Parts: sequence; C-alpha cells; structure tokens
Amino acid sequence: MRERIGEFAAAAAPFPPDVEENFFLPAIVEGTYPWFTKVTVLIWLTVGLLIVFFLWAYRDPKLVPTKRQWIAESIYGFARNNIAVDMIGREGVRFAPYFTTLFLFILVNNLFGIIPGIQFSPNAHIAFPAFLAVISYVLFIAVGIRRHGLLKYLKVQLVPPAPAFVLPILIPIEFFSNLIVRPVTLALRLFANMFAGHMILLVFTLGGFALMNANALLFPVSLVSWLMTVALTFLEAVIAILQAYIFVVLTASYVQGALAEGH
Amino acid sequence: MDLAQITGSLGAVGYGLAAIGPGIGVGIIFAAYIQATARQPESARMTQPFMWIGFAVVEALALLGIAFGFVFSPPQ
Repeated sequence: MRERIGEFAAAAAPFPPDVEENFFLPAIVEGTYPWFTKVTVLIWLTVGLLIVFFLWAYRDPKLVPTKRQWIAESIYGFARNNIAVDMIGREGVRFAPYFTTLFLFILVNNLFGIIPGIQFSPNAHIAFPAFLAVISYVLFIAVGIRRHGLLKYLKVQLVPPAPAFVLPILIPIEFFSNLIVRPVTLALRLFANMFAGHMILLVFTLGGFALMNANALLFPVSLVSWLMTVALTFLEAVIAILQAYIFVVLTASYVQGALAEGH
Repeated sequence: MDLAQITGSLGAVGYGLAAIGPGIGVGIIFAAYIQATARQPESARMTQPFMWIGFAVVEALALLGIAFGFVFSPPQ
C-alpha cells in the first residue's frame, strides 16, 4: 500500500510514511554520505548556537545582571539547583556545568524536531543519544571508582542491603540493571521519543494529504488530520523539554548512586 | 490443514497489546501524585520531579513499542 498518491503537486507523498526515506536523509553534497547531511549540519548548528549564546550572554558580566545575563544564569541555575544539587547534594555543584551543557544540547536538538523548516531532530538517529548515554555511563562509573576504589565501588553498586541468602539472585540482577541496562534505556528512551514523535507528525500530515486525495467524502477529514498535527506539535514541544530534563536527571541520579556511601 | 489463521499486520496487534501496560502505569503515576497532593498540598513541589521521572520511565516502554513495530516489521 505504498503507491504514490495525490495529484496536488505538493501532496505527492507515499502513505504510510517510509522509515528509509524520512529518516535517512540524503547527503547535501554528492558523495559525502553520511558525513555531510542535514543531520550533521543540525548538530553543528546546535553546538554553534550554544557556544555563541553563552559567549554573548556573558560578555561583560555585571553584578546586577542584564537581561541576557539573567537568562543564561537562570538556565544554569535551574540545572545547578534543581538537577545537580537536588539529586547529588552539595558536591553536585562540580557536575553542574556538564549537566547544563547536556541539558541544553539535548533540548535544542529535540526542539529542532518542531521548528518549521527544520522539522527533524538529530536525536531521531540512535547514534547521538547512544553516544550521550555512553558518556553518562562512563561518567558515573568513573566517579564511583575514583571515590571508592574499584572493589569497594563494585560492592556499593552491586550489593544491595539484603539478607545473605538472597544475594546470589540479587547481585546478577543488580549487575544487569545497573551496569548493562542503564545506558541502553537512557539512549533508547530519548531516541524512541524523538523517532515516534517525528513518525506521528508524519503520519498525520501525510495522512491529511492521503485523505484529501482519496475521495470527495473524505476530503473534510483531512482538515481534522491537520488539526491533529498542530495539537501533536504542541505535545512534541512538551515531550522535547521533558526528555531533555529526564536524561539529565537520570544521569544525576546515577552519579548520586555511585557516590553514595556503602551500607 | 490450518485450524485458524491471522492475516494482515501482526505488528499492529502486538503494539496494541504493548500499549496496555504503560497506559495503566502512567495513570497510576498521575493518580498517585494527585492523591498525595490532595492529602498534603505542601508536598506538591517536592514530589513533582519524581512524577516526571516516573512518567518518562513508563512512557519509554510505550515508545519502545512504537519503535520496535518498525524494527520487527516484515521486509517489504
């Protein structure tokens, strides 16, 4: 059922949307696939935006903040107080710069999914959430080993406070869920949210065109489909912010778990 | 001789079944938050981060359902 539909010039698009066509975007310059596509340009754009924003906001800082300084400080304050210090405690402050950067990087990438003209989030490619999850994974293990030493860290991470006879079952479970599943779910959660969000918007948009070209009775239903697209775009905005927050909060929680004193 | 046969997309049926669990889970999380706030309104701000964390973790399963529908789909 993948025939091309639509006599309207702008509407000739296959329905249901194809993963290959909509997610693996073509190279911008011939022969540079996959190194120079819309996705990589967006990643560089995110990095550039963040660097430029913070350099500009902190040009000539004053004690009574200017408006742009206040915005930058509010964002950093949110990541420092509500994420780093709330989750880790007083020593969370030294993680606050990384958490701010991580939060803003994921947030800007997620918001690219709904900005008109761009409408594609680089986090819909598993590579980017996967690598961010690997960094979080290395971070909480390295922090734990540096604090406790290797053996004591393994004891803290893998041995829950439980009676001795049940530990042979619990330790493999803890090992699997702490040291194997955590980076996988971190990456997969972010990726699946962005992938599914893009897919849903595609389904309703292309579905509107499909309905429009189906027959005269279904023509008005295409308007309903496009209204759903608008409503879901707002939902996507909420999801974008929420998923960025969740990624960083969970990383902070894992760091806190690694730093915790053994029982 | 086949006694019964399913045709069409089994993936769609699978996703429908996979959406039951997270649907109930998200409902329980928000019900717990509303009840806790009703019992003690001052705790609302303190428990809100846990609500969002719980929601995202449960929602991840629902979205894995959507994503794996494409991973497991039969080759065209």
